[in-house]
Amino acid sequence: MKPFKLRKADLILFAGVLAVGVVLAAVLLLRSSGGSAAQVRVAGAVTASYPLDEDAAYTITGVNGGTNLLVIEDGSARIEEASCPDGVCVHTGRVRRDGQSIVCLPNQVVVEIVSGAENESGVDITAG
Amino acid sequence: MKENKTRRIAQYGLLVALALILSYLEAQLPVFFAVPGMKLGLTNIVVLAALYGMGAGSAIVINLVRIFLVSVLFGNGMSLAYSLAGGLLSGAVMLLLKRTQKFSLLGVSVAGGVAHNVGQILTAMVLLQTKALGWYLLVLWISGLVSGALIGVIGGELCRRLEQIKRKEECR
Repeated sequence: MKPFKLRKADLILFAGVLAVGVVLAAVLLLRSSGGSAAQVRVAGAVTASYPLDEDAAYTITGVNGGTNLLVIEDGSARIEEASCPDGVCVHTGRVRRDGQSIVCLPNQVVVEIVSGAENESGVDITAG
Repeated sequence: MKENKTRRIAQYGLLVALALILSYLEAQLPVFFAVPGMKLGLTNIVVLAALYGMGAGSAIVINLVRIFLVSVLFGNGMSLAYSLAGGLLSGAVMLLLKRTQKFSLLGVSVAGGVAHNVGQILTAMVLLQTKALGWYLLVLWISGLVSGALIGVIGGELCRRLEQIKRKEECR
C-alpha cells in the first residue's frame, strides 16, 4: 500500500498555509521597530513599565506568589530566572522589538515591549 | 452485534490509552522549543487514526475523552482551556476537510496542526488579554505546518497498522 498520495487540494493547502506565514512575517517585520520600554502585566493588568535604556533587574510577582526575574540589559529584556517548572519564559530569550513579548503562563505574567507612543494607562492606542 | 460493540469498546480503550501515553511522553520532552505552546501534538496521531480508521463520531469521542483525562492527570484548569480550544478547533477543521473528500490524510493533518496552534493562540489572547502574540502566531503557524506533516505520516501509519482497525483502506 502506498502510504501517501498527495492530491491537488493538499498542495493548494500547503501553499496557502505557507503564503499566509510569509505575509504574516512581512507584516510583523515591517511593523516592528525597537521598543522603548518593557511593560509588565500580571493576570491582564499592567503592573509596571521599565525603560529599556536603563540596565536593571526587577522581580515580578505573578499569581499564586510565583516569581520571574526580569533583567534589562543593552536595550533588551529577558527573564533570567523563574519559579515556574517549565521555564518557557526563560528559554524565550531576549526581546527588544516593539510588540515582542515574553509569556509565563503559570504565573500569568506577560512582559511586552512597547514603544514610547503608547500612553501611560497601557492601552494600546494603535489598536483603536 | 454484541461482538461488534465489544470490539468498539476495546478500540476506544486502546486509542485513549495510546493518547495518554503520548501525552505523557510529550510532557517529558525537554523544552527545547523556545516558544510557549509550541508542541509536537503527538496525541493528534491517535485522533487522526481514529478519524480515518473508525469514523468521525469515534474521533470526536476519543478527542474529548483524552483532552479531559490528560488535564485531570497531568494538567490544570488553565491547560484544559488551552487543550480544549486547540483540540476542538483542530478536530473540527480535520473533520470538515476530510468530509470534502478533496484532501489526503496528510493535508488534513497539516490543517489540523495549524488549527490546533491557532486555537491555542486565540485562547492565550483571551486569557492573557493581550494582542501582542503576533510573533507567536507566526512561529506556531509554521510549526503547526511542520508538526502536522509529521503527525500525518505517523498517524497514517498507525491507522494502517492497528490490528483492531478494519477500515485500513481508508487510511490515506
